[in-house]
Formats: sequence, structure tokens, C-alpha cells
Amino acid sequence: MILLLLGLPALAGVAAFLLRRDAARRALLVAAAMAHAGLAASCWWVRPAPLPSGWLALDAAGLLFLTLTSVLFLASAIYAVEYLRREVRGRRADFVEGALFSNAPEAAFTGCLLFFLATMTLVCVSRHLGILWVAVEATTLASAPLIYFHRHHRSLEATWKYLVICSVGIGLALLGTLCLAVAAASPEGGAASMVLDDLLARGASLQPDWLRLAFLLLLVGYGTKMGLAPLHTWLPDAHSESPSLVSALLSGALLNCAFLAVMRSQQVLDAGGQGALGRHLLVTFGLASMALAGVFVLGQTDYKRMLAYSSVEHMGILALGVGLGAGAARGAMLHAVNHSLAKGVMFLVAGNILHAYRTKAVAGVRGLVRVLPFSGPLWIAGMLAVTGSPPFGPFLSEFTILSGALAQGRGVVAAIYLACLAVVFVGMGQTVLRMGQGPAPADPPDSGAAESWTSVVVPGALAAIVLALGLYVPPDLDALLREAALLVGGA
Amino acid sequence: MTGWLDTLLVLIVLTNLKLLGSGRLGGCIRVVAAQGILLGGLPLLAAGEVPGTRALLLSAAGVGLKGIVFPWLLLRALREVKVQREVRPFLGYTASMLLGGGVLGVALWASARMPLPPAVRSSLLVPVALATMLTGLLVVVSRSKAITQVLGYLVFENGIYAFGVGIAPDAPVLVELGILLDVFVAVFVMGITIFHISREFDDIDTEQLSALRDWRPAPGSDGQGTAP
Repeated sequence: MILLLLGLPALAGVAAFLLRRDAARRALLVAAAMAHAGLAASCWWVRPAPLPSGWLALDAAGLLFLTLTSVLFLASAIYAVEYLRREVRGRRADFVEGALFSNAPEAAFTGCLLFFLATMTLVCVSRHLGILWVAVEATTLASAPLIYFHRHHRSLEATWKYLVICSVGIGLALLGTLCLAVAAASPEGGAASMVLDDLLARGASLQPDWLRLAFLLLLVGYGTKMGLAPLHTWLPDAHSESPSLVSALLSGALLNCAFLAVMRSQQVLDAGGQGALGRHLLVTFGLASMALAGVFVLGQTDYKRMLAYSSVEHMGILALGVGLGAGAARGAMLHAVNHSLAKGVMFLVAGNILHAYRTKAVAGVRGLVRVLPFSGPLWIAGMLAVTGSPPFGPFLSEFTILSGALAQGRGVVAAIYLACLAVVFVGMGQTVLRMGQGPAPADPPDSGAAESWTSVVVPGALAAIVLALGLYVPPDLDALLREAALLVGGA
Repeated sequence: MTGWLDTLLVLIVLTNLKLLGSGRLGGCIRVVAAQGILLGGLPLLAAGEVPGTRALLLSAAGVGLKGIVFPWLLLRALREVKVQREVRPFLGYTASMLLGGGVLGVALWASARMPLPPAVRSSLLVPVALATMLTGLLVVVSRSKAITQVLGYLVFENGIYAFGVGIAPDAPVLVELGILLDVFVAVFVMGITIFHISREFDDIDTEQLSALRDWRPAPGSDGQGTAP
């Protein structure tokens, strides 16, 4: 079952490189995404058996993030069909600077998209910390060509920064993994198993100095990939320059995968009896990310960069929730779900806006609600959801984290948390409402082509789920969230 | 055996310093190739008296990739892009080498403070691995060409490899090969990106890659604020 989950997108990716006809390749993309989502859904009824070596298995946290990845990928794949159809062929003028550029071959784009899904699946199912590292690095390599789909110098710059910063960052995580192997080596010189379950079982016999060093390196390494401030520098560039559906996947699925790797590190640290260090660091990194995002969201002139900084903020919230533990950890798990879906809405709608107005500048977009009658309201609804307004899901999860902080008597943390949320709300609200209001531009943008059936229904469906999660959390999901939160000291 | 191991480690340190002092891109690539071949010997010497199949396999894969395939890829990329062959450092060669020496001192000091497992066969291993990683990072941040950044990443990765081989000699081969494969694909993807950078900018200097930022000097004058 697990091998099927991994093999399906990988094989489909190879097939995508070989298929010559665009229509067949797009059908394959959607079919593979649907099959993957079906397989992931079936794991909810029957949890697949681990592989005999214990290297690959699906626990609660893995299943949660696998499902999120799969749902978001399905949404992006359906959106991609229309997106790729309306892409202009051949060389054309870049709307920012007027220089000519062309697209990467569509076969390579679709193939890398499917490989990206395969590598993210591997992150979710790996129980061996070495395999986990290989999988996280592989996600970087599979997604780098996706950012460089529109071949102009800005996307190239974003790709290069992404490759170099993330590769070096994840290199530190590899060093951390090796340090963990030293911590786990028995004094007699026997081989250390790097399977998560063995490490957790070893518990207090892990060498404390090496364990602490290992955690630090793992946090910095995977934290770079997750976009925790001040290690987030690749994130705004990559998110703003890649095609919108890729941004949605980077923000909603890839960052979660890195977060899962951080959670695994915290699990081992907890087992070794050093959990307090990790929690302290996670709270600090979390608040720093939220504060930094607040500064950069205010007065941001590029709406895709604004969304990217919002992702930094939400990763900070996740780190904070896990750092606080107890009730806040369950809030963080729920928040991961809400953030992925809400950010999917925002980035996909941003793709529609970009297509209609041909600019990423906030100042160039006016009268959105009039010009794009579906995307406009969705853009505003998505903003309300992402900033944690009731009745959307993120309100519930952010409130759970707040009450978790207050229940532990962490008043200062709660105050900074609320202040950052308020700043981001004001910053995003101001920008998004300014784009939505006002008269339609005199030269009417290309609204018909921007709003096709799928390009509205897909983000609309995601928005509906976010709204539903704010009103009612299904018992099955709640049980899974509790189980996942328990892994990192939640309640 | 420890004598041979120590000699190898000292040679690796010398390649680090040579890299920091080299002014030509082709020369830098050859130094990194030499370091890769030296590293290939590490699994054989660190494993114990008689190297097993595992050590032989890792050694062959290491020499093949780090000593031959990577340098070949990078030299090819260098030929393709026809750029100026100087390194153009942000930090001068003498200062770089002095820093390289300082890095070695820091590595020796830091690794003396951690309790080492008995599997480590030479007290020089951890400091050399650490110094190699730091040298790699130094090259990434202090050199401006895209190719030198890849070289820095490779040297950084070499340091981690040395650390891993020396300190955890029992890790599963499959995982180690997975790691090597990942590094291989990373260099491959970076090589392709370098090719695109040179085509886009007629140079591979990363100082050109500075268009993306949050606040621009004069709003509106950069073309961002206007729709076509």
C-alpha cells in the first residue's frame, strides 16, 4: 500500500516525460492526482501495514500531512489543466520588464510536478531519519524546476536562491541526523538504528550532549525548508516567482512536510528527556517568524509576496503551537489543515488575478470584485480565512493555540502572539480590500479568460472546506488530530 | 592504519586551504576533485583492519561521483558558458586562507568539547570534517560566481560525508547511497541552472541575481507598479 502511494506518482511522472500529446499528459496528471487522493483516503479506513524493515510506515501525523498534500495536489492538478491551456505558447513579452521569455517544456513541468508529489509522499511515510533526510532534499530538487517554469531572470534568481539556501540548510539537517546517530551509538560501539521507533524506545539512553546538538542542527536545517525566520529568505522569492499553482503546493504542502520533519526531531528530543530545550526554541522561532511576517506584510507592494510572508507567519504559528504543547499542539495540527487549504485558495485565486490584470503589484489591481465576480469575493473570503476571522477554520485553531498558551500561564507569549496576528490582519486586510474595491480599470482586463469553470470552482471548493472546518470538526478528523498532537506532547 | 588515516585527513585539510587560495575556476574544480578522491579512501581506512563489501562499495561510489562525475559535470558547464575564469572573491585570497586556518582552530577546539564514541578511529577525524564543512560554507558566502557556490556546497557536503563515514560507520548502505544520489542530483540541477544563468545574463556572477527584494529604492521606477 505504502509502496503503491509512492510508486504511482513516480511512474506517472516518468510517463509524463514520455507522453507527446499535451491533452493526454494533462489527463494523466489529473488521473494520477485522483488515484493518489483515493489511496490516501483509503488509509483513513485501514491504516497500511509498515514495511518489514520499519523504514516506511504511516502514523497519525504522517497520515494527516499525507492527506493534506494529496488534497492540495488534486486541487492544483485540476487547476493546472486550465492554467496550462491558457498559457501562451512561444516567446512573449514579460509584463514586468518587457523582456522576451518562454516557458519550460510542459512535459518537464508535469513530470516534475508528479515527482514532487512522490517525494512529499516519501517525507510523510518515512520512519527512518536517513530516508526522511533524503526525501526532504529530494522535494527541493523536484520542485526547483517548477519555480523556473516561466523562464525569465527573476524566476531564475528565485530558483538559484531556493536551490543553494535550501540545499545548504538541509545539509545541516544531515549533519544533525549524523549527530543523532552518535547520540544513539551504544558505549560498546554497536550499530545505532536510525528508525524512529527504535530511537523513541531508546529514550533516556541517548547521549544528552550529542542529542541537543543534533536537535539544534535538525531544527536549523529543516527550519530553513519550513521558512522559520530568520531562515526564511528563499521563501518570498520562490513563492512569488513560481506559477500560482506551484506556489499553492509549496506553501500548503511542502512547508508542512518540513514541519513534519521538525516534529520528528522534537519527538526524539522528548524521548531523550531534553524536550524543554526544543520547546523553548520552537516558541522563540515561532514568535520571531510571526513578528517578521508582520513587518513585511505591512505595506507590501506585491500581493504574491504578501501571501508568502503570510506563510512565514503561519509556519511560526505551527512552531509556536508545538512548542507550547498540550492543548496548543492539537490547535497546531488543526491549524496546519486550515492553513494549507486557505493558502491554497489564496494562491489559486492570485493566479486568476495575475492572469486578468497581468501585474503582481498591489497598486495595479483595482475593482477586483467588479472585474472578476467570482474570484474577487473569493479573494476577500480567503483573506478573512487566512487572517483568522470567524467563522472560518483558522479562527478556531488560532483560538485553540491562544487558550493553550493562557492555560499554561504564558501571558507574554499570548500577548506577542495576539499583537502579531493583529498586525498581519491589518496589513493583509488593507491590501486585499484596496484591491477588491474601487471602480474597474478603464481598459477592461481579460476577465473572461481568467475565470473559467475550473479556475473558480477549485479554490471555491477549498474555501468551502475551510468554512466548514470553522463550524464543525468531524469526529474522525478530531481523533486523528489528537493522535498526531500526542506524538509531540499534545493533549 | 591510523597513520594512513591521519595522513589522508591532513591532505584533506590541505585541499581546503588550496581551494581558498585558488584564483581560477578550473583550478578550484580540480582541487575539489582531488578532495573527492581523497574522501573516497576514507571508508576503507575508517572501517577497520579489513574493509568489507560495504566500505568498498561506498568508496567506489564516493570516488566515482565526487572525484570524477561532479568535476566532469562542472568543467563541462564551465566550457559551455564561456565566462571569465577568475573567481572574483568578495574576500581576498590571503584573508580567505587565514580564515581557513582560523576555521581549523575553531574546529579543533569545538570537537575537543564533545564526548566521542569509541568507533572513531582518529582524533583528527571530527575536527577535519568540521573544518571542511566550515570551509565549504565560507566558499559559498565569500565567492560570487555560481560555480564557486556549487563548489562550496560540494565541499560542505564532503565534510558531512567525512563526518558520517568516520563517526557512524554502521549506517545502512542504502541510506548512504541515497544521500550520494541526492547530492548528485543537486549538482546536476545546479549545473543546469548555471547554464541558464549564463544564457540569461551572459555571466554566472550571482551579483546579477539581485532583482528580488521587498523594498525598492524608488517605488514605481522599477516597472513593478504599472500594468501594460
